[in-house]
Formats: sequence, C-alpha cells, structure tokens
Amino acid sequence: MTGADVLLLALGAVAVGAGVLVVTTKHLVRAGLYLVVCLGALAGDFLVLSAELVAWVQVLIYVGAVVVLLLFAVMLTRAPIGASDDLDRPGWPAALIGGGAGLGLTALLVDAYRWSTVTLPSAGTAERLGEQIFQSWVLPFEVLSVLLLSALVGAIVLSRPDIGRAAPQRGRTAGDLVDSETGGRR
Amino acid sequence: MRPVIPYVTAALLFGLGVYGVLRRRNAVLVLMSVELMLNAVNLILVTADTTARAVLPHSGQVFALFVIVLAAAEIGVGLAIVLQLYRLRATVAVDDVPLTESPDPVGGREPAVMNSETGR
Repeated sequence: MTGADVLLLALGAVAVGAGVLVVTTKHLVRAGLYLVVCLGALAGDFLVLSAELVAWVQVLIYVGAVVVLLLFAVMLTRAPIGASDDLDRPGWPAALIGGGAGLGLTALLVDAYRWSTVTLPSAGTAERLGEQIFQSWVLPFEVLSVLLLSALVGAIVLSRPDIGRAAPQRGRTAGDLVDSETGGRR
Repeated sequence: MRPVIPYVTAALLFGLGVYGVLRRRNAVLVLMSVELMLNAVNLILVTADTTARAVLPHSGQVFALFVIVLAAAEIGVGLAIVLQLYRLRATVAVDDVPLTESPDPVGGREPAVMNSETGR
C-alpha cells in the first residue's frame, strides 16, 4: 500500500458514502450537497490518477455548473424544504437491479485486476491533452461543439412553450387573411 | 498504484446510480443519479488510461473530457424537460406521468391555453 493507494481508498470511500447518501436522503437540497461531496472526491481521485486537467474540468463543470443547475431546478420546482416522504418508490426491484449491476461489475473488475500494481503514466496536463485533442481527436471535438449548440437550442425551445405554438397561429392568421381577401370566409 | 481500488469505486458508484434512477420518484433526483453513473464511467475511463497502454497517449482522459461535456449538455436539456413538466403538471414525480396518453387537459395553465386556442 503506497500513499497513492491510501489516498485512493479514502477518496473512494468518501465518494461511495456520499453517493449512498445522494440516493437515500429524504432532503432534496441535501441530495444536491452530497452530490457536491461525491463529485469533489472523484475530482481528488482524478488528481491522484494523474489526470490534472480532467480533475479541474470536473470541479469547474460538475461542481460549478451542473450542481448549481440542479439546485436551481430544485428551487424552481418548489421542492419542500424539510424532509419529504414521497421521494421514493417501493424499492426492492431497484435494489435488486442496482445491487446486481454494482456488485456484478465489482466482481468482474476485481477478477480482472486482482491486486496488481501499475506505475502511473505521465501527468495529463492541459498541454498534453490539448495536443491529443487537437491532433488525434479533432473530429469528435468538432462534433461535440455541434452537439452543444443543438442542446442549447433544444433547451431554449423546450423551455419557451410559445415558440412551438407561434408558427401554426401565424399560419392560421395568414390563411384567414387569404380567406378574407378572397371573400370566402368559412 | 493498485487500479482495483478506483475500479471498484466506479463499479459501486454505477450501481448506486442505477439504484437511484430506479428508486427515486422526483425527476431532479433521477437526474442526480444519472450524474452519479456518468461520473462512474469517467472514473473508469481515467483509470483505464493508467492501466491500458493505448497507441495514443491519454485517450482515456480525452474521452472523460468528452463525457463531461456530454453530461453538461444532458443536464441542460434534462432540466428544461423537467421544468416544462412542472409547468404542465405542477409535479415532478416521474411515475405520475402516463407514458401512453392522449392529450387530455389535466389542469395547469398550458392545457387551458390550448383549449382556448382550439375553441377559437
């Protein structure tokens, strides 16, 4: 057990514990805050695994943006502040499938890697990752920008119900205009 | 560094995410569980970057960055859908939403507006 192993164990325990609280707590807002703890511990995991850029992007985007968006949604849907009892469904199928997936994957990975050790590769700094992205992964990067744009437009269209309805209305009034011009109003 | 530790962490987090998606009724909590699953995948990708020697260096970390961007896009669209659901039905409980449904007005502002339009 080296220092990296101890750090990974501690951060992993924090992440899994916070994850358990995210899916079991009765307070909506606390679930968001436990999610922050879980994602922060995972960012620490990334740092130990020598993925510097991914760790900072994780802190910026997940902890900074995604959790804030989720808390906004909690507030905008007028969630109850205190504990609420109607957050859960009866849960034995969920426990069965979730536990099966988690423990099955655990058994698979433990069987694959046992207690072997690897040496950490060179750190994934912004410079090295940037070289990779802009040399080998340029096309996925550009496709991702198109996807972000379409997600932006989709979110705007979804959250403004007057957009989808404005077009047929305009068409109807245009038809009415044509009808009144020809004098044949139904 | 023993790769089995982060791998097992990721597997347990993924199982927790699956459990949360199936167990939770509140749509915002379902989205949080989806984030747990995506983060488990990120951890697997970053760990695989250390254990598998690929032709291109740091491919796993590049993929993890891509998954983070996808998660950001997903959460944006997902929250837009959840807020629209709340505006239509005044609830965010996912099992209150019938999957096969004729558009019947169940209250809320939007069906009333649609009725006044179709009645015009």
